[in-house]
Amino acid sequence: MPDERQLQPAKLQDGDRRAFFVKLGVGSLSIAAVGAVGFGYQFLSPNVLFEPSPILNVGKPESYPPDSVTLDANSGIYLIHSNEGFFALGAVCTHLGCLTAWKPELGIIACPCHGSKFSRTGEKIEGPAPRSLPWYRVWLSEEGDLMVDRSTTIRSMQFLRV
Amino acid sequence: MVTSANYFDQLRKSRVWRSIFRSGTGASTLHRSLVIQQDVFLHLFPTKVRRRMLNIGVTWYLGTLTFGTFMILVSTGILLMLYYHPSVPQAYSDTKDLQFVVTSGLFLRNLHRWSAHAMVFLVFAHMFRVFYRGAYRPPREFNWIIGVILLLITLLLSYTGYLLPWDQLAFWAITVGSNIASAVPLIGNKIHFLLLGGNFVNANALLRFYVLHCMILPLAAMVFIAIHFWRIRKDGGLYSHSSQPPAISDRSAPKEDR
Repeated sequence: MPDERQLQPAKLQDGDRRAFFVKLGVGSLSIAAVGAVGFGYQFLSPNVLFEPSPILNVGKPESYPPDSVTLDANSGIYLIHSNEGFFALGAVCTHLGCLTAWKPELGIIACPCHGSKFSRTGEKIEGPAPRSLPWYRVWLSEEGDLMVDRSTTIRSMQFLRV
Repeated sequence: MVTSANYFDQLRKSRVWRSIFRSGTGASTLHRSLVIQQDVFLHLFPTKVRRRMLNIGVTWYLGTLTFGTFMILVSTGILLMLYYHPSVPQAYSDTKDLQFVVTSGLFLRNLHRWSAHAMVFLVFAHMFRVFYRGAYRPPREFNWIIGVILLLITLLLSYTGYLLPWDQLAFWAITVGSNIASAVPLIGNKIHFLLLGGNFVNANALLRFYVLHCMILPLAAMVFIAIHFWRIRKDGGLYSHSSQPPAISDRSAPKEDR
């Protein structure tokens, strides 16, 4: 038979016990809430994306006549064959993501959504766009095709001579 | 001679009726108020409303009209869901089918669209009326906050519904709109990624906006609408110029210079 005093060794006050359980409850709920936020964030971030590869094969250099600007609307890039060489510009406006358009009669790139204007080398001329259009890395594949990597921006005025 | 009123009396005394409506059979004022108070939907509302408060000049019925458009949107939206697949190959053609193939589909789609426009207009009109008449003042300030939440839910419902036709307008509007979300400091790009379920407006974005538009936001709206209506009753009923809240009139009473 256990002694009764052994069951209640420290003489816990009712208030202490309640405060302890309140702390225990609030503490475990807080931990659970943090876990729920973490779980929610992880769950809502897709682990596999069925999005097109950032690396594009844009074909032979000969298919781009000298002094030409070619828009690939599906991949959102300009392939430009200038006198200095080839370069690729992002065609997505740096303002809010609209697809820009090359205006050959004005020699500029213009955004139809909010009126930003860019030069042929991507520098911002006017409008709400915060930055110039990005230059993407361009190189020749072993088969002699022009390749563009949309995930790698480079400093401007780095032309590819073929 | 058995009149129709007698039939109704008999019906109200029947066991089936009594099992559904708990408020009893009497026709006294008490019983009639119990009918309202104990109804699962109508307990949100006050038992009695002064006839004066039902004059159109008091509220212009703007809140009621907003709720009416919401109910139209829910009923037409559920019907539209029966013919719409939120998938990239089907969404646009389903929208066109609704217009040209489905019987009454064009009517339902137009009703949904115009009710959505009307609801945004009515929400703003309702808020302007509440603001310029001072109906947001204590004790109704919390209900104003609920109203602001409902405004945001209304705008988000409009925004998420905008993508579902999956045409050029939808695609670019959501591209621009989600890029605005990227402007949030530090976590903007994360919000953009979570909202679209990817880096571009694509299949994941269409599905996410569909779930938001058809499940999450309407349910949230219903919860807040219930609180909004309940608070009207708890905060002393509809507000008019002559029913100034006691908190204001008590404070201003002793001052001479007012």
